[in-house]
Amino acid sequence: MKTFSFISQLAIPAFILFAVLYGAFKKVRVYDSFVGGARDGIQIIFKIFPYLLAIFVAVKAFQASGAFDLLRQALSGSFAACGIPPEVLSVALIKPLSGSASTAIFIDIVRTTGPDSLASMISAVIIGSAETTFFVLAVYLGAVNIRRTKYLVPVCLIADGVGIIIAIAVVKLMLR
Amino acid sequence: MNIIWVILIAVSIVAAFWTGGLEAVTRAMFDGAKAAVEISLFLLGIVSLWLGITKIIEDSGLIYRISHTFRPLITRLFRTVPPDHPAITSITLNMLANFFGLGNAATPLGIKAMQDLQTLNEDKDSLTFEMMLFIVLNTASVQLIPFTVVGILSDFGSANPSVIVFPTIICTVISAIIAVCVLLIFRILMK
Repeated sequence: MKTFSFISQLAIPAFILFAVLYGAFKKVRVYDSFVGGARDGIQIIFKIFPYLLAIFVAVKAFQASGAFDLLRQALSGSFAACGIPPEVLSVALIKPLSGSASTAIFIDIVRTTGPDSLASMISAVIIGSAETTFFVLAVYLGAVNIRRTKYLVPVCLIADGVGIIIAIAVVKLMLR
Repeated sequence: MNIIWVILIAVSIVAAFWTGGLEAVTRAMFDGAKAAVEISLFLLGIVSLWLGITKIIEDSGLIYRISHTFRPLITRLFRTVPPDHPAITSITLNMLANFFGLGNAATPLGIKAMQDLQTLNEDKDSLTFEMMLFIVLNTASVQLIPFTVVGILSDFGSANPSVIVFPTIICTVISAIIAVCVLLIFRILMK
């Protein structure tokens, strides 16, 4: 675990060092290259910003509206019937929408149910194996200004749903 | 995305009306706008940083060596991308960054990969299959070690925080495979 975390910490600085030294060795004007490349960043962000704005406003409104709680109440009965801790539902519903909110909910679950509870384990696996789908969609689609997304969004949503079921199943099979 | 956005906005405002949280929703929308600006500024920094670094490795030719190493794997997945195309390298770098949990590097490199894939797109207004495959693989988040989660568990005194690592890897791999299968099924159905 320690070694992995060390490699992960080392990866970026080592890669940057290698890139810069290799460039200098190949007689590239490294500084000018860097500045030239970085110049494109601002155009990309200009393109992405409206998409980010749209998704953030909608997601924040959804979280604050209480719609989320209504949905959770509606679904928690069927979750409990399957022997799944109801806390897991909150993480499962919020993870595709917001990374920071799902981490906050996860911390709350760990604090209230204990770090080794079934609810904590399942939530941990969901957070580790899922992605904030809507953020990825907004950023990556915004970067190329594409309107017609064909069947991408339903595919992502189905994959998210299946991913959560798999996370619950794997934890139940492997850790309990 | 259009339908999703309409649903999110409409459901939020109607539900807020129902539960009497209209004021909270209004405030949340302005908070959301503010959050979008903050995230954009943050992205501006890291995207420009990584574009600068990728430009260095492009100019020095290092990028061709990296893409050469991973070409067999990536070209097998992204069949219509020519082997010498820059998209191969940006996809490779994005996947490596994801794999090692380097989110701050993965997003900028993913943005670059999308733009590289867009250069191969004939209809600039529609997604290509390769773009969808790339996004689906990214949302499945193939990651080796979930450091944040393990960190939180150990902060709260878990007996063995790394017990979740192996199940997480299994889940992420299975769900990535299923995500690609779902995408393939949709491709066949939508023809």
